[in-house]
Amino acid sequence: MAVVDTSTVLVPEAGVGPRGASRREAWQRRLPLLPALIYTIVVTQIPFLVTLWYSFQNYFFDLPAPAHFTGLSNYKTVFTDAAFRSALWRSVLMTVSAVILAMILGLAFAMLLDRKFIGRSVVRTLIITPFLVMPAAAALVWAGPMLDPNFGLLNYLLQPFGVHHVAWLSTHALGSVIVVMIWQWTPFMTLIVLAGLQSQPADALEAAKVDGAGAMATFRELTLPHLRPYIELGILLGSIYLVNVFDAVRLMTNGGPGTSTTNLPFYLYQQVNNAFDIGGAAAAGVVTVILTIIVATFALRMFARVFQFEGASS
Amino acid sequence: MSASAVPARTRMPGPQRFREMSNTVGWGVVAWVLGIAFFLPVLWMVITAFKPESAAETWPPRFTFSPTLAEFRLVFSGWGPYVTHSAIATIGSTILVLLLGVPAAYALSVHPVKRWRDGLFFFISTKMLPIVAAIGPLYVIALKAHLLDSIWLLIILYTAMNLPLAIWMIRSFMLEVPGEMLEAARLDGAGRFREITEVIMPVVSPGLVSTALICVIFAWNELFLALNLTVTNAATMPMYLISSVPQEGLYIAHLSAAATVASVPVIIVGWIAQRSLVRGLSMGAIK
Repeated sequence: MAVVDTSTVLVPEAGVGPRGASRREAWQRRLPLLPALIYTIVVTQIPFLVTLWYSFQNYFFDLPAPAHFTGLSNYKTVFTDAAFRSALWRSVLMTVSAVILAMILGLAFAMLLDRKFIGRSVVRTLIITPFLVMPAAAALVWAGPMLDPNFGLLNYLLQPFGVHHVAWLSTHALGSVIVVMIWQWTPFMTLIVLAGLQSQPADALEAAKVDGAGAMATFRELTLPHLRPYIELGILLGSIYLVNVFDAVRLMTNGGPGTSTTNLPFYLYQQVNNAFDIGGAAAAGVVTVILTIIVATFALRMFARVFQFEGASS
Repeated sequence: MSASAVPARTRMPGPQRFREMSNTVGWGVVAWVLGIAFFLPVLWMVITAFKPESAAETWPPRFTFSPTLAEFRLVFSGWGPYVTHSAIATIGSTILVLLLGVPAAYALSVHPVKRWRDGLFFFISTKMLPIVAAIGPLYVIALKAHLLDSIWLLIILYTAMNLPLAIWMIRSFMLEVPGEMLEAARLDGAGRFREITEVIMPVVSPGLVSTALICVIFAWNELFLALNLTVTNAATMPMYLISSVPQEGLYIAHLSAAATVASVPVIIVGWIAQRSLVRGLSMGAIK
């Protein structure tokens, strides 16, 4: 179940440690790693093995009947379930759009914060704050004080632009959820890109200036290539967290109206909490995990590449 | 960059200097406006928390009102069990993460095991597995192990959730321990244990603090697992927040007060740890 097989991705490390290290030495090295390794395997892998087991069982935990083997019937249900497919598609849509837009905004903010101006550190503090707000609190504050059609601040601020009492969460539900995701993750992208900008060698920029390169050309030819690994890292880590977004969906729209904001995490939550269908949720979970492994294999490849620059600098 | 720019600027002719200055001011203004716009929802949350309930749901929204602490008082009267559970789950899991993570990071950096890369990538790969996929079976396991609605369950799961991040981060701090220091300690006849306690720990301890802060942020803010696996005996702050939204009546000021109280600890921690935040979240890839 685990995405363990990275051996194909990584070049096997040769010559670590003194040559001909004894078996005792090898165990001495391994010993400190074992508690964390065993802990992680037990806590993170066993639930997935149990998920695999239940995916072949008929088990509703609100019914007295014990779980029994049903072959592939749960999988049949999952693959014919339009709700699962649409939740899957919506997860992709939400994650991709939120990550991309947060990254674009993050780039812009980072470029601004890289300049010198009065109160720069205060502005940086203001910008990172949304990331620190408890996601449940962010979702509820957006749903109520910010977006409410009757007293929400946003409608008030947009009044001069001809917006009148828009019920954002019923008419633009998906967009509203994505906006909150972007609002919470832009700070993270900003900080990563800013770290990239500030690690840019100053003399290269000076040289470009002396050569008479324009601001746009310098950005395209020098800054962007330098930022690439940072941008990749931001996209990678942002995706890992954003694909699991649950709080905003549950607390802002409860997956609705209809199923218009139901993503995979919320779909699985409903399967367990409303339908009590452990078997069906498990099968949907297994399919989700398999899809994740496919995506994660590429992601890990990217990781291996991105983290090259870590290895190079230390 | 700034040091070399200063003499250049003094040599600049008047108009160009003026243009550069107004440029700086212009971009500064843009940055301030965007920063405040971004911060606005947080500010609005805090302002609304000080409103009397009747002033919170008005059109147009009211910016002048006589502030009251009534909603905060109400929040503090009911948050006892929730904040206790959150504190125990957060601190407990963070301690466990450090106890497991420090030796593991050591075995992946200072004296690395043979396949340390595979080990490192195994840990990160567990972050990619969506825990939501296993939530039903997780519920059944917890039920059978008599861990449902117990704070231990949250400690166990939050530890697993934060451990990969922590190992990557602590490892990057350990890689910075100068080789000569380790060499010197070895010549002194220090064993592995003394090497860790006397050489490595003093160097990485600021890093451990920022690692701990990031674990605290994620554990404190976690909702999905708490919502699915706890009811009352281990219900945490995010769940208290949800319970502050009643089915009927005015609740916006109360909700804002609860949201403020729930968020402020992490916001302050985050402000303090700004610098190490990026490093932690980028799993040590960025210094």
